[in-house]
Amino acid sequence: MTTNGQQKRPQIRKKDLSLWQLSYIPEIIKGMFLTFKQILRPKFTRQYPEEHWTPPSSYRGRPVLVEEDGVERCVACGLCARVCPALAIEVQASETEELAKERYPERFEINMLRCIFCGFCEEACPEEAIVMSNEYELVFSNQEDAIFGKEKLLMTTEQLKERLEFLKESR
Amino acid sequence: MNSKTESKVNITIDSMQLNVDSKMTIIQAARANGISVPHFCWHPELSVAGNCRICLVEVEKLPKLVIACATQVSEGMVVHTRSPKVINGREAVMEFLLINHPLDCPICDEAGECKLQDYAYKHSVGFSRFDEDKVHKPKRHALGPNVMLDMERCIMCSRCVRFCEEIAGEPQLTFANRGDHVILTTAPGEELDNPYAMNTIDICPVGALTSRDFRFKARVWEMSATETICPGCSRGCNMHSWARNNEILRNTPRQNPEVNSYWMCDHGRLSTFGEVNSPERIVTPLIRKGEDLVEVGWDEAIAAAASGLKSFRRSEIAALGSPFATNEENYLFRKFVQEVLGAKSMDYISRVREGDEDDILVRADKTPNSRGADELGIRAEENERRLQGIMEGIRQGTIKVLYSLDGDLGSVFETELLDKLELLVIHSPVRNGTTAAADIVFPLATYAEKNGTFTTFDGRVQRIRPSVAVLEADRALDGFSMSRLDKFGTQFDRWAKGQRRDARPAWKVITALANLMGKKYRYPTVEDVFNQMVQSTPSFKGMTYAKIGSKGLRLEGSVVPATVEAR
Repeated sequence: MTTNGQQKRPQIRKKDLSLWQLSYIPEIIKGMFLTFKQILRPKFTRQYPEEHWTPPSSYRGRPVLVEEDGVERCVACGLCARVCPALAIEVQASETEELAKERYPERFEINMLRCIFCGFCEEACPEEAIVMSNEYELVFSNQEDAIFGKEKLLMTTEQLKERLEFLKESR
Repeated sequence: MNSKTESKVNITIDSMQLNVDSKMTIIQAARANGISVPHFCWHPELSVAGNCRICLVEVEKLPKLVIACATQVSEGMVVHTRSPKVINGREAVMEFLLINHPLDCPICDEAGECKLQDYAYKHSVGFSRFDEDKVHKPKRHALGPNVMLDMERCIMCSRCVRFCEEIAGEPQLTFANRGDHVILTTAPGEELDNPYAMNTIDICPVGALTSRDFRFKARVWEMSATETICPGCSRGCNMHSWARNNEILRNTPRQNPEVNSYWMCDHGRLSTFGEVNSPERIVTPLIRKGEDLVEVGWDEAIAAAASGLKSFRRSEIAALGSPFATNEENYLFRKFVQEVLGAKSMDYISRVREGDEDDILVRADKTPNSRGADELGIRAEENERRLQGIMEGIRQGTIKVLYSLDGDLGSVFETELLDKLELLVIHSPVRNGTTAAADIVFPLATYAEKNGTFTTFDGRVQRIRPSVAVLEADRALDGFSMSRLDKFGTQFDRWAKGQRRDARPAWKVITALANLMGKKYRYPTVEDVFNQMVQSTPSFKGMTYAKIGSKGLRLEGSVVPATVEAR
């Protein structure tokens, strides 16, 4: 066993600073130069929330359900709920006679306090029915509001066009 | 001795040298020795059909692979179940089976407990070389009141057909058409409606037959499965009770060769958990104050019962045990009535529906524990008054108090008779006519909410275990079976907030009552009641919960019934 790692090493300064350097004046001048240079450059700061940022299509915003022709694509298989590492998703399936599909989600809830935006649900979905949207603004003031039901989750294919195209390309 | 050796043969399976019965098939010999051979159509309790071909094995000196389910063993046979040739053959069979099987798994109720799905992982190459369209057939065809058929998913193994013919004794199913047009069907105008129809769902190796009751209610991996006993009749079929979010969603049979083999009846499967989930459940103790039953706490209810029972003479008190209660509850009830109340009038109400029975499983006695109640002396000869005497006593006014472990006396006692009582103390899980007439009602934990034992009609003591938690129970600490959702749910998750009722098993309430009435009963757990019961009841001699295990134990001196031997 060695104690090398714990031994104190003497601090080495290559050379002592001159009086001019010790005054900090050169460093202040350098700093001020940088500051004034930035003033003259174009502004980078975004005036959020007045000015809204639209993320690229690869961005993983809040997960949403895809609505196609007025119906959710979801068949309530529960694979998203199973794969979700944070157990954020709850799906209750039910049978339907009217729709082309046999089963649909009678209840579909995502607890946005549990969601970690990993995108596993999107990856596991056999119907491309749950996708990560570009929405990142999540505000709620109590726990009940953080549980998003179908009414908050459904988004039309039109709204999700970019993400769906991105998925088509990247898969 | 010679005849004994003649019936045995020496074979080798996967380099294991075995000495097996010469009448066995290869799959039976392999299974008996812990070697698993994949199979769809073969079932240990059904005749051999040999049509799925997945059980192919290699037998040395035979030119081709043979099916293990239909090939009898012979002296010197050398079998390989995992050779490259066998693996190749299995993969080919799987490829054929999957040609027309829809990729339905995400919406299929069988997913997670599907043989085809499992074997597709274990014995298949993982992709399809088949470009052509799959054959399409009707996907939602109700075969009968309880069973739904998806014809596309069917792999034509004929297990269900053979089950109906051989076990249920009602040949209601058959195949029609040929080639890839084959469909499973009933005769025109007929239904699959025999009392055992739903067993076809369990033995279906794919999701072709599914339960109409359970359809789409939950994925199998979301539920916890608890080993327990069906309370539907005195047969005591072993079953798994499946719960999610503290609610039972389905029951399925659990194999026990000495009781129910692999089967259970549709009634037991569908009707026995209705009471557990019932909206009529009593969720807090009730006391009569004036005209109304008022919700009170446990301490108040137990104190009221104690002071009420104390204020009568022992000859004025009658007690009714229950064939629905566990052995432990009936034992402690009798002990309490004799030692603490000193009453000698005791009996229980039978529920025998004459004629509603068959030679397979269903018994006319519709209670799970009447044999247990008999063994424990609830209906003993030396009881001063039995049921008729108790009723007569109430009518005459000599019996003024009735303490009942049975929650529903309506089948025997008329409301006017109950109204004549000065004090009616009752344990009941649900509200009914009897509880409406009662003075003190203790909410009773149902069979699905407590530990204990039932004794079947033929004297087999079997364990029941809770699948639903009452208010005071803790799934993790009390040894419940837990699903992933049970393990990780918090009080903030809606899917973990299933209703919990403030019900208690009767033994707990009786213990508290006895202590309040001056008798020291020390039973921290139900197992302590059981051990005490075993000590003082000769027919239970030597039993422990550990020995009973998951398959049960026979009472001392009880006779093995003929039906079981025949199996």
